[in-house]
Amino acid sequence: MTIYNLYIFDRNGVCLYYQEWMREKQPGMSQDEEFKLMYGMIFSIKSFVSRMAPVDFKDGFSSFCTSSYKLHFHETASGLKFVMNTSLNVSSIRDELQHIYSALFVEYVVRNPLCKLSQPINSQLFKTKLDSYIRGLPFFSAKVN
Amino acid sequence: MPIYSVYVINRAGGLIYQMDHTQPKTEVEKTFSFPLELTLKIYDERVVVSFGQRDGIKVGHTILGINGEPVRGRQLEDGRDVLEMIANPENYPIAIKFGRPKLSTNERIMLASMFHSLYAIGSQLSPAQKSSGIQVLETDSFKLHCLQTLSGIKLIVLADPKQGGIDALLKKIYEVYSDFALKNPFYSIDMPIRCQLFDDNLKAVLETAERLSMYSSGIN
Repeated sequence: MTIYNLYIFDRNGVCLYYQEWMREKQPGMSQDEEFKLMYGMIFSIKSFVSRMAPVDFKDGFSSFCTSSYKLHFHETASGLKFVMNTSLNVSSIRDELQHIYSALFVEYVVRNPLCKLSQPINSQLFKTKLDSYIRGLPFFSAKVN
Repeated sequence: MPIYSVYVINRAGGLIYQMDHTQPKTEVEKTFSFPLELTLKIYDERVVVSFGQRDGIKVGHTILGINGEPVRGRQLEDGRDVLEMIANPENYPIAIKFGRPKLSTNERIMLASMFHSLYAIGSQLSPAQKSSGIQVLETDSFKLHCLQTLSGIKLIVLADPKQGGIDALLKKIYEVYSDFALKNPFYSIDMPIRCQLFDDNLKAVLETAERLSMYSSGIN
């Protein structure tokens, strides 16, 4: 079990935060372009799912799997988007993403007057807390450092 | 645990086959008095609820009928405008039928090609080596399963999240496709599939899959 990387986007598509723990394959593009592509994909999937759905739904899109990774998605009511890529054997991590939002993002970014909202997060405190939380998760592979 | 629909997409992202198997009912009819408690707006030439969920009417539902008469787009069949009717207090009380908008063929073709590119982006943004595109897309009300065959055809099944045995079902659909579409001498590849045998066999396969999963969930 592995956690590959985490993206946090705001409601306008700005990538507030990105961190990778174990990424095997780098995309063949600049990081800025990659963020835009990722946000665009999430945005399109949301609209795709809402039109394709045969029945009414509450939260909409929550994850997708390919043959080698799983992308988990969580959106808050204020439009913040948390995207985490893990290996396939990780089941739903809705609670963990909600925890990153409520116990880490709100605590160390929203309550920090020096952190401007809608700009990439530079807070070292947030970075450390997030990193230690992720490394403490049961499905974070131990052999990665 | 129903299977909702099946899509077949060709190598270029064109929709070549679509079938709705189970259509869940999502229509609500309610009689309103003036003024209307819902906020409506025109979206994509349809009258859509934009605010005010109540009694099973959800944001995103469109108006399907007024006083028992069906609505086409933003007008009744005799040409009266829906929004004008609703704005006029003399027409009240008024019975309005709401429901999820039905997808038109053009929208389905658009959604299919949209999925085609999402599939490609999903594989491009992979953090792991050698990833395929999206195979399972999960939401809280349905799951989309996609099988890309070696020849590049994508078979897509929309089903209930609890429906099991979809992998076997996708393989079976591929079998039906190769037996009854590809072996049809009147079928040219990458063109829409219009073949009664394919329809019938696909239907039979879907029904068997639904029955099997009902049977296995009955045991548990």
